[in-house]
Amino acid sequence: MTHTLKVLAGALIVASVATAQAGDITGKVTLKGTPPAEKALPLDPACGKLWPNEKPKTRFFVTGADNGLAEVLVYLKGGDLKPDAAAKPALLDQKGCEYVPHILGLQTGQKLIVRNSDPVLHNVHGTPKINKEFNLAQMAGGKDIERTFESSEVFVRMKCDVHVWMFSYVGVLPHSYHAVTDKDGNFKISGVPAGKYTLVAAHRKSHGSEEKALTQEITVGDAAVSANFTVEVAAAQ
Amino acid sequence: MPPALTRFAWATALATLGLIALGGLVTSHGVGMAVPDWPTTYGYNMFLFPISQWVGGVFYEHTHRLYASLVGLLTLILAVWLQWRSPSRTLSRWGWVALGLVVLQGVLGGLRVNLMMDSLGIGHAALAQAFLVLLVLLAVATTQRWQRWCESGPSVDPAVGRWVLGTTLLIFVQLVLGASMRHQHAGLAIPDFPLAYGGIWPPTDAAFLDRINALRSDVRDFHPITAAHVHLHMAHRLLGIVLVGLVAMAAMKLRRGFRGSNGLRGLAYLWKGLIAVQVLLGASTVWFNKAADVATAHVVVGAACLAVGAIGSALCVVAARRGTLADGRKVGSPVLSRAGARSDAAVPSAG
Repeated sequence: MTHTLKVLAGALIVASVATAQAGDITGKVTLKGTPPAEKALPLDPACGKLWPNEKPKTRFFVTGADNGLAEVLVYLKGGDLKPDAAAKPALLDQKGCEYVPHILGLQTGQKLIVRNSDPVLHNVHGTPKINKEFNLAQMAGGKDIERTFESSEVFVRMKCDVHVWMFSYVGVLPHSYHAVTDKDGNFKISGVPAGKYTLVAAHRKSHGSEEKALTQEITVGDAAVSANFTVEVAAAQ
Repeated sequence: MPPALTRFAWATALATLGLIALGGLVTSHGVGMAVPDWPTTYGYNMFLFPISQWVGGVFYEHTHRLYASLVGLLTLILAVWLQWRSPSRTLSRWGWVALGLVVLQGVLGGLRVNLMMDSLGIGHAALAQAFLVLLVLLAVATTQRWQRWCESGPSVDPAVGRWVLGTTLLIFVQLVLGASMRHQHAGLAIPDFPLAYGGIWPPTDAAFLDRINALRSDVRDFHPITAAHVHLHMAHRLLGIVLVGLVAMAAMKLRRGFRGSNGLRGLAYLWKGLIAVQVLLGASTVWFNKAADVATAHVVVGAACLAVGAIGSALCVVAARRGTLADGRKVGSPVLSRAGARSDAAVPSAG
């Protein structure tokens, strides 16, 4: 069964690369090393009811097939990348007393909709360092909250202080050329104009901010570009 | 002074210690911002906020607010009562100062929420300790024993007073250091004790900090540890060691300075006992990964150490003044000799 899944995953990667075209950047982020074990979230009774079976865990290092590292923000820097004026609002949902997605890429000025799909109240607390901090109440079934960020910032932490295990991290970028790696560490950025760029891979736990992220210099031309990254876990001492 | 007023003053001081405990729980659980609005609670009048919504961190923060309102009410009653029945005008004035402080404290707590400033949280914590000291001294000043102490208590070498007062002030500094650590929201900057990352003094270079931050996996996802956090933590430990010695010394001087006083001897032993428990709680806070109840107990016992030091200081200051008066006049002697007359004698001098 596991072998079959691996074959399928491999086929999907091959298919993905095969379907890449000019202006596409594809690749995979892989984890090297053994991260600390993820911990079960200490859900309170109200939230615990929303998880009748398996309880959720922390999401510091989420890996998939072949040590592919999920939830890595990959984006471009440099060049003359313009913001996408037609960018649709991005959704950050609160489901099962978790923020979904855990990592989210957003464009400056792009609307972020924060929804509460839970039967319990939350507070939506954005704690950026560059943008303006906010802390808003959101009752169960309450109205969506809409926010925009004016400045680039990787990462803006979103938290709920009612449920201290609830976090999400938003990478705010000046354009829409970004992606978050899937469960197997794969990413794809499409429609990139020809030119030279720095491709950045920022893993929230390993790098925390843009300054410490992994980078590669790439040139986008007539053919699709492939770039892979390896995130190393710090050795415990 | 009516005994009921004395009892009420002590009850208010004790309630304040309880309020510090509740505030400590809020910070220990990291839920100071769980109610994002103030003075309302999720848009409700705070006294009408439905109990069904007191979930998660809201429970601690909202309970803290309600209990703070109760302490505010108790302080108001105390101020009015002192104004009405205290023979000392200065004591009544301190009652109003206490009311002003508790209002300021409430506003500070509210602004910490509305302005989202951690630094205000440190001020909020420090003012809480100062407010407790004031209430404890007010309570002491309403007792018959205090009146007797002022009228005909023993005298003491001023050096004893300086030891006790100096130690008490350092305890306050230590509590502010502790509050600064707690309001950084960085969790344990040093996870082992008595060593620090296995050594006497931990490294704080960037590579080391990067590594330990990458390996931390607490569900609360604390802020990354910085060199400043580590230094602050070490300063708290070092001052803690210094304070153990200072309290032992000051308590010994208290006992020797007031040989005939059983009360002072008891106070000295209590102080030493509290500091010993405090050291154990500090170590346990590290050993139990900053468990909320242990960390909060550390805050509460720290406040108790401060309060005991403040009482000792007040007693010493009065006794030292008596000891240094050349004409032999007793400090505070006119107070109760004129029935119903107001004077400044029954004032907590170190308040």
